[in-house]
Amino acid sequence: MRISSKTAQKIAFSFLGLAAVIVIVPVIVIFAILIQKGLPAINWQFLTAMPRMGMRAGGIFPAIMGTIYLVLGTIVVALPIGVLAAIYLVEYARRNWWTRMIEVAIVNLAGVPSVVYGLFGMGLFVIFLKFGASILSGSLTLSIMILPVIITASKEALSSVPRSFREASLALGVSKWQTIRYVVLPNALPGILTGTILGISRAAGETAPILFTVAAFYLPRLPKSIFDQCMALPYHLYVLSTQVPNVSQKVQYGTALVLVGLVFILNFFAVVIRSYMRSKKQW
Amino acid sequence: MNTPTPISAQQDGGSASLLGGLPHQGGGRNEDLTRFTDKIVVENLSIHYGSVEALKNVSFSVKNHEILGVIGPANSGKTSFLRAMNRLNDLEIATHTEGSIYLNGKDINREMDAEEVRKKVTMVFALPLPLPMSIFDNIAYGPRRHGTKDKKKLAEIVEKSLKAAFLWDEVKDRLSSSAMKLSGGQQQRLCIARTLAVEPEVILYDEPCSGLDPISTARVEEAMFELKSRYTQILVTNNVKQAARVGDRVAFFLMGELVEIDTADKLFTAPKDKRTDDYITGRFG
Repeated sequence: MRISSKTAQKIAFSFLGLAAVIVIVPVIVIFAILIQKGLPAINWQFLTAMPRMGMRAGGIFPAIMGTIYLVLGTIVVALPIGVLAAIYLVEYARRNWWTRMIEVAIVNLAGVPSVVYGLFGMGLFVIFLKFGASILSGSLTLSIMILPVIITASKEALSSVPRSFREASLALGVSKWQTIRYVVLPNALPGILTGTILGISRAAGETAPILFTVAAFYLPRLPKSIFDQCMALPYHLYVLSTQVPNVSQKVQYGTALVLVGLVFILNFFAVVIRSYMRSKKQW
Repeated sequence: MNTPTPISAQQDGGSASLLGGLPHQGGGRNEDLTRFTDKIVVENLSIHYGSVEALKNVSFSVKNHEILGVIGPANSGKTSFLRAMNRLNDLEIATHTEGSIYLNGKDINREMDAEEVRKKVTMVFALPLPLPMSIFDNIAYGPRRHGTKDKKKLAEIVEKSLKAAFLWDEVKDRLSSSAMKLSGGQQQRLCIARTLAVEPEVILYDEPCSGLDPISTARVEEAMFELKSRYTQILVTNNVKQAARVGDRVAFFLMGELVEIDTADKLFTAPKDKRTDDYITGRFG
């Protein structure tokens, strides 16, 4: 018996819809569990106090601040390098074996497991350059990890600015750099920012790269300089879950909720910036 | 497509340029003598894109303050020639140019840098290309990048340029609104105004009216006539009638060769080459 084309279409649509639902389900379940089990732990003290009793009580303030410092350090290092590299690749570099090699390197960089970045960061920044386990080493390691994300997003944003805009500017005798600075960059900015924030939110959640380069097991005070170690949320969560006995589930889930909330806020910013810029976009 | 004022202006220019083919003659009356000097001299110009030869050993000159119409079917090399004039061809990776183009006697490829050439020889593109910013900022863009900071001066330049391109009256009350909201014809005149703001000597038009309706086209042509007194203009067009209306002289390109260049009257009434005759009478192209 042949299936009528209408029935075939219905079957196809239900499979497609099912696939879409399967994507949403884990997100909803994760959030539901985190909120249900973690929300009771969250209060003002939990967010702003130092941990006590071997992290079984008190707050997670140093871990929150540590993650924020690491994120800021990563932005400061990765954003300029990433954007400048993307400008070079899109606007200046000619297509030859050298630029192809750079592009292959970027793709491969994106595929390196994060724990390898951790070991690399320890070898280069902590030991060889003698920065020690510090915010500096951690930020640099995270920066290298998210550079491919920023470069790829920036390249796409730059290439999406129509070539005709560049020609209109160049045809007036405006130099290439001024054309990039005043015509290309302003129009590529939303894409660059979105890519950067997504990269940063990934950096905020990673454990392996900071494991050997910055994260402190237990440090109930704030770092004083970029050469100090600090606590960080992902590593703190790992410690609470596996290294410290008798930690209440409430504290573990509360920490996880704060971490996910932080990443969520960053992603939310990316979406807001993108839609705001898109509404202002005129072409 | 009636353009009453321009036509009288054209006859004016046309009678003068009848003699334009012979430099330095006929300047006896009250005519401006510089009108008959060569603004641009093209010598043995060949352009290759990779293995394709877009322009084959072309030589001719463009007189000061004339409108040179350039006609020819697709792939005839007319756009390549135009893009060579302000060195936009430099942006293509695989171009190879032989021969020379002289602007005021200076070789634009060897004795001038690209920015200097493009500032003096600006281009209006086929599609109107306003930058995604306000009308004011579009016009002020060139002068600002070339170092004019003074706000009063910029406002003066904007007003002067918009007036010269016949756009001022239509936009003077909304200079701060986006240039993207203007109609196609207004955008194209905005682009002309934007090129005028950098005070060029030569204006190149690459089929500037191909996307415009007849009335907008007439307004753009009107602007070209007004600009004749101060600028040398080269108009590449697919519209043979437009070349006849606007051009003092007209050049006919075919397959990368310059077939014929003459005053508009002569080229359209008594072409020397049969291929020109075939093209303008619509037998091909």
